[in-house]
Amino acid sequence: MNYTRKDWLLAGLSGTALLVILALLVILMQQIVVNGAPVVSGEFLTGSPSADMTGGGIWPAIYGTVFMTLLMTLAGVPVGVATAIYLTEYASSRSRLAQAVRIAVNNLAGVPSIVFGLFGLGFFVLFIGSSMDQLLYGDTSTPVWGKPSILWASLTLAVLTLPVVIVTTEEALRQVPRELREASLALGATKFQTVYKVVLPNAVGGILTGVILAVSRGAGEVAPIIFVGAANFLPYLPTDLRDMFMHLGYHVYALATQSPNVDAAKPTLFGTVLVLLTLTFTLNFLAIVIRSRTRATRA
Amino acid sequence: MQLPRTVKMQTRGVNIFYGETQAIKGVDLDIYDKTVTAFIGPSGCGKSTFLRALNRMNDTIEACRVKGDIQLDGYNVYGKGVDPVEVRRRVGMVFQKSNPFPKSIFENVAFGLRIAGMKDKDEVAQRVEESLKGAALWDELKDRLLESALGLSGGQQQRLCIARTLAVRPDVILMDEPTSALDPIATARIEELLRELKQKYTIVIVTHSMQQAARVSDSTAFFYMGELIEYGDTETMFTRPSQKKTEEYITGRFG
Repeated sequence: MNYTRKDWLLAGLSGTALLVILALLVILMQQIVVNGAPVVSGEFLTGSPSADMTGGGIWPAIYGTVFMTLLMTLAGVPVGVATAIYLTEYASSRSRLAQAVRIAVNNLAGVPSIVFGLFGLGFFVLFIGSSMDQLLYGDTSTPVWGKPSILWASLTLAVLTLPVVIVTTEEALRQVPRELREASLALGATKFQTVYKVVLPNAVGGILTGVILAVSRGAGEVAPIIFVGAANFLPYLPTDLRDMFMHLGYHVYALATQSPNVDAAKPTLFGTVLVLLTLTFTLNFLAIVIRSRTRATRA
Repeated sequence: MQLPRTVKMQTRGVNIFYGETQAIKGVDLDIYDKTVTAFIGPSGCGKSTFLRALNRMNDTIEACRVKGDIQLDGYNVYGKGVDPVEVRRRVGMVFQKSNPFPKSIFENVAFGLRIAGMKDKDEVAQRVEESLKGAALWDELKDRLLESALGLSGGQQQRLCIARTLAVRPDVILMDEPTSALDPIATARIEELLRELKQKYTIVIVTHSMQQAARVSDSTAFFYMGELIEYGDTETMFTRPSQKKTEEYITGRFG
């Protein structure tokens, strides 16, 4: 291939951009790995944090993050996928409802995460939670449901990741060629059968990728859970939906700002960050692997 | 002497609109049982649109409106309360570009049976074999049934789509330019298949090749700009057409 001068210029500029990004990543990771790796050990991963917020293990934070992420996924993914299926397969192109949903989803995607936190507090904790207390116990002075908990935090994050799930699922469904739907209908399948037996199986790869990316994002968000359920320190593991929980991302925030002795907490801080990043990177890597695997088996 | 032919499908006064545009104007046509009927005409004349109306595939297009009477064995296909799903089981369709599902060969052919609720494994297997034989694919593929359908050649894929349609035992098979994406050898095999299939099924084929229409069909309908210009016995149409437009198209004056 013969490159003109303009080609070299473009290659050079975009190559430089690539190097800048890589450099930033390396610098970031280097700090974290150098300071965090020595701290991460078997005890660190399985032990409880020390009450003085400077050291100890992060097991409750890992447990809390996983528990919350699971709840968030269970709550958000079915709703998101179902919405996307409706928008792509069933709504007519002129449907006002579909247009309204699309606008709502786009706006939701742009809402800052701290605002989601306030929403979670105001709507889930104070409105729904208190109403439940009123209905079930007739008194809201000692709140049972009307206080921050892992349930409300999970639901808040489910709402936050909803736009990602919807958009990526829609995209995955759109990739399924029209001819396959026509072939199915021409054989006497109903629309539901076509969606269930032809479209969805074909779109599973894309949907799964989107779900994993959404989950990865939700697992790392801190702002929405600050006043909706995350705790600085808990002497117990959450076993009930009404319990509060510790969380890796929140733990980083707590160690950096709420600890009485931030310098002593530094090693633990870096260790926590390293674990959190490993978790996120693994999830993203998983998404990439699934993407390439399912691409190979499609038409 | 020709035996009297029964009418399998009948259309009267069919008009089809895409939004404001009228694609088909007032078509009256009789399709005879166990024959091959060809629709010919220049691009954009509406022959595919009309074909798709026969099994209500136009229902899937939002802006499309079909008016008029289309009957299958005397029953109005667009009648009130008629389920298009039922219609499509009796009137199957093979498309221009073969569209096998990204599943195994067996599952492709079994698809129509499974959605119709056939549960008995042996029955399904038997129908699949029968259908693949009917599409002249059994000998080639009987040891490869679990392989992906996407690994087949273009001609094999198209015959697989035909087998898939045969599995639900339709009365009528519609084919929308089934060989236009295939090489001459694959085309010849499919045309040979059509000659066999018409003994059991009623076939309607849209083709942009007049030669193909002359080779395979018993009756031919010539469409031009949404109107049915002439319809009759194929041999007569091609040797002594009664309409000037027909003659011009056949002799290549335009098209």
